[in-house]
Amino acid sequence: MSFLTTSVAVLLAASAAAAGLIPTRLAAQSATAAEDTSIRPFRADIPEEALVELRRRIAATRWPDQETVADQSQGIQLAKIKPLVEYWGTGYDWRKAEAKLNALPQFMTRIDGVDIHFIHVRSPHPNALPLVMTHGWPGSVFELLKTVGPLTDPPAHRGRAQDAFDLVLPSMPGYGFSGKPTDTGWGPDRIARAWAELMKRLGYTRYVAQGGDWGSPVSSAMARQAPAGLLGIHINLPAIVPPEVAAALATGAGPPAGLSEKERATFDELSAAAKMGNRSYAVMMGTRPQTIGYAVADSPAGLAAWMLGHPGFGTWTYSSSDPEKSPDEVLDDVSLYWLTNTAASAGRLYWEYGGRSPAFSAPERTAEISLPVAITVFPGESYRAPESWARRAYRNLIYFHEVDRGGHFAAWEQPELFTKEIQAAFRPLR
Amino acid sequence: MSLITTSAMLLATSAAVFAVGLIPTPLAAQPALAGTAAEDDAIRPFRVDIPDGALADLRRRIAATKWPKRETVTDASQGVQLATMQALARYWATEYDWRKVEARLNTLPQFMTNIDGLDIHFIHVRSPHPNALPVIITHGWPGSIIEQLKVIDPLTNPTAHGGSASDAFDVVIPSLPGHGFSGQPTAPGWDPQHIARAWVALMKRLGYTRFVAQGGDWGDAVSEQMAVQAPPELIAIHTNMPATVPDEIAKALQFGDPAPAGLSTDERHAFDQLDFFYKHGLAYAQEMSNRPQTLYGIEDSPIGLAAWMLDHDIRSYELIARVFDGQPEGLTRDDILDNVTLYWLTNTAVSSARLYWENKLAFFAPKNITIPVAVSVFPDEIYAAPRSWAEKAFPRMIHYNRLDKGGHFAAWEQPETFVRELRAAFKPLR
Repeated sequence: MSFLTTSVAVLLAASAAAAGLIPTRLAAQSATAAEDTSIRPFRADIPEEALVELRRRIAATRWPDQETVADQSQGIQLAKIKPLVEYWGTGYDWRKAEAKLNALPQFMTRIDGVDIHFIHVRSPHPNALPLVMTHGWPGSVFELLKTVGPLTDPPAHRGRAQDAFDLVLPSMPGYGFSGKPTDTGWGPDRIARAWAELMKRLGYTRYVAQGGDWGSPVSSAMARQAPAGLLGIHINLPAIVPPEVAAALATGAGPPAGLSEKERATFDELSAAAKMGNRSYAVMMGTRPQTIGYAVADSPAGLAAWMLGHPGFGTWTYSSSDPEKSPDEVLDDVSLYWLTNTAASAGRLYWEYGGRSPAFSAPERTAEISLPVAITVFPGESYRAPESWARRAYRNLIYFHEVDRGGHFAAWEQPELFTKEIQAAFRPLR
Repeated sequence: MSLITTSAMLLATSAAVFAVGLIPTPLAAQPALAGTAAEDDAIRPFRVDIPDGALADLRRRIAATKWPKRETVTDASQGVQLATMQALARYWATEYDWRKVEARLNTLPQFMTNIDGLDIHFIHVRSPHPNALPVIITHGWPGSIIEQLKVIDPLTNPTAHGGSASDAFDVVIPSLPGHGFSGQPTAPGWDPQHIARAWVALMKRLGYTRFVAQGGDWGDAVSEQMAVQAPPELIAIHTNMPATVPDEIAKALQFGDPAPAGLSTDERHAFDQLDFFYKHGLAYAQEMSNRPQTLYGIEDSPIGLAAWMLDHDIRSYELIARVFDGQPEGLTRDDILDNVTLYWLTNTAVSSARLYWENKLAFFAPKNITIPVAVSVFPDEIYAAPRSWAEKAFPRMIHYNRLDKGGHFAAWEQPETFVRELRAAFKPLR
């Protein structure tokens, strides 16, 4: 365990004790107690020396030479990553990110042996629909923060009170301030069961779930498991590729006959991505997460490059009209991985999942989902789901909408549009 | 280019050259600028002399390593295990002494010469025996010239090592472009075919008109390409990692299909070894083939680099893990760290990875070689090439032998066997 995590835990215990919610002794020994179902307040408070140490390491970065090509074909270009990392070590201020988190009610609760960190914002409006939203990799709860206001208090954001949500944003096991599993088995199915327990523990008896990236397999697993109270899900990285198309992609054969224009376009996207090796990072973490874990745990620049190597950042469309803000947003996320020492533990989720792509309907067992499913297709996503495939994969598809902007990190990049989609998707389930 | 490499090169090269007094000062002062000068056929003596500051910085970084948590399994299925890495780190930061291997290297005649605009570092040891057969031996990844040090004396001076004078070789051991003390290409194009042409140029520059080539790993790819190019001076090659996999086997492996029916015992064993490698062990190669530049972490973190290099193939990793667990076998802790330290001190983590990106050849596919080929099969190699496959891949196979011990780093791990194999393999051609 790193001293950072320890300090955070100690601080957490201190803050919980200060709040007078739980006895000090209990807070300090949460890891050993038999399942303690208490919900403890949490504040992020990274020790100053950890920030100094991060800046020191960044300043001491040993860089490779520039790539030998003039494009991104060898990976993250030196001229792109170096200024970002240098800014991280000089101009960037983690305390602002921490303040963003601490402006929201955060909690910790132990589920299935792992401490789960979550943000929980209740709507000021009655009859708000509870919603658990799950981030992905290389994301975190930071992806979702901009939607908190619009989702929980729509009238303050040009919306209607009857579209309000109570919002639960957990950090997945091994991510952010959640605990790091020490045993195997924490794949999407187990996380899904933990989320159902979390919602139950919060007293919700009617709720919905949402996710993109890992949030999609997790939300889909919840829908498959259909715990009491779950009304439906919304996903923005659906498992839609039909088996015969999956087979054609696997063999590198051409597209199967009879594809529509849209299906053909999606086939071509997936095929091109495979040829370009876009999933190499996922294969690495899917097979040898610990091996890459050492470098990304020890090198801030290495971690930043590994995370920015995700194709989602390649098509980052910028949420802000002021592109200058974007580096801060990316660095909030990268810093969270660094400061919580979760680079390796987060990668293990790919190993738990066998390193496979979440795009294919058969391995994701979408046919077993009978609960209502809603899908929004953002154009900058790594593949655009055709409605025809989505209808085949999800028999109870209640909503399908293709929007005109946004990419892999839809909630982060286009929070207003994302919010409108969530509101529209779940309206029939209220 | 990093400060460390630049200063190491300047110190090493200029000091040696002045001492020997071979070339005028202005030329000697410019070795780091090689690549800009017009082609210069000079062969310059080379000595290794790493500044103390680089060694102190390395030890400081190892001591300051920020570790991930332990893997969540009790075996190597998630990659390099924390206990192995921490044992390695302890030894590397405290007892390990780079100066020993530096001294060993400097007892050998080393040179630098510019080929196609790139400085190529090589060891060149002439046999005291007349009519010695010149052999150019090429290392692989994650290897280096360190792999070959143990075979130099037995090959060049067989009478001191159980052989006869008629077994003698003149030995040329170059560092691949982007590896060790060779220059780092700044433009694309240094693929195995190009390296093969450069090696022929090197041998001719040394005055050899009749020679053989040897290699495993990239050394195999380069040697096989030399054989494909078949310059009249090259009379045969020896490989310890031959590319022999038949097309239908390669297809089955690629698609994850079961083994084709009718395979012999050796063929089935090779299939199973390759199947394991494709499913669990190929990710590092995929990452380096697709996104070598994204691996900033291995350039910045010594432990990240070491872990990345230890995980080449499962049998080598298991061997290395046993060595750091106190059971030295074919390799010692110093052997392993000499090699990793060479990558670290020369800043070649990413530049060496680019060879995977450069390579467009199917690694294990037969290459249509018509000159004589000798094959030694070590059982713990990624796959033990069956005689049946080798016979088809190499119509003029002059030697085939299955050894009972040894793996991927044959010359390093089993130098005596390796030397016996080379003597036997090339005997008919003398």
